[in-house]
Amino acid sequence: MSADRMKISTIAIRPDELRDDLVDAAAGAYTSFEGWIRNVNEGKQVLRLEYESYEPLAITEGQQVIEEAIAKFSVLNARCVHRVGLLEIGECAVWVGVSSGHRDEAFKACRFIIDEIKVRLPIWKKEHYVDGNSDWVNCERCATHGHSHGDLT
Amino acid sequence: MSKSLTIRYFAIFRENAGLGEESVTLDAETAADVFALLKHRHGSGEPLGHCKVAINDVMAEWQDAVADGDTVLLFPPVAGG
Repeated sequence: MSADRMKISTIAIRPDELRDDLVDAAAGAYTSFEGWIRNVNEGKQVLRLEYESYEPLAITEGQQVIEEAIAKFSVLNARCVHRVGLLEIGECAVWVGVSSGHRDEAFKACRFIIDEIKVRLPIWKKEHYVDGNSDWVNCERCATHGHSHGDLT
Repeated sequence: MSKSLTIRYFAIFRENAGLGEESVTLDAETAADVFALLKHRHGSGEPLGHCKVAINDVMAEWQDAVADGDTVLLFPPVAGG
């Protein structure tokens, strides 16, 4: 088991360099997924995104997701890198790469990994909008804004 | 029974609490008790199932017991990718 299949990065993700780590003479297929910062979400014009993680558990849980994918789809290798910090429009926020004997399991493993990464890893993102406001994504209903400490149910 | 716990808040929970970590004494048996007793701090009205919890750096379930001296990490709904 490779201990560094999941990484959290504070610097730009370079997919071409990451791909090289997955080159394998037994691989007939390589698939990858890149998540990019887009300039609009739910009708709001986005200026930039801010990602935060709890790195020790993001690494542990991400590693677990990748090991599950390798076992479930019998692929040769897989890796993931997730950015944290302030990201501008067009930047790569997350990269997943998979190498395998054939394309079908490579596609499936890649999809599995990104889907699980999004719901299992302790990573959060805050959208900063063109109008100067900001919001934590998926947290719209979990708290009122303005630092209220009242009963919110 | 009262327990001395270290609580860590993340993302919107940290912003609502106004700090990332604090020591508290709570009459809590489970992680769910901790979440409920600290609602005035993390400010969450989210169903418990949408949030996550870790105890001493290990992902945990809300019904898991907390012990004196534990560090409880309260995670709002995650949004990676």
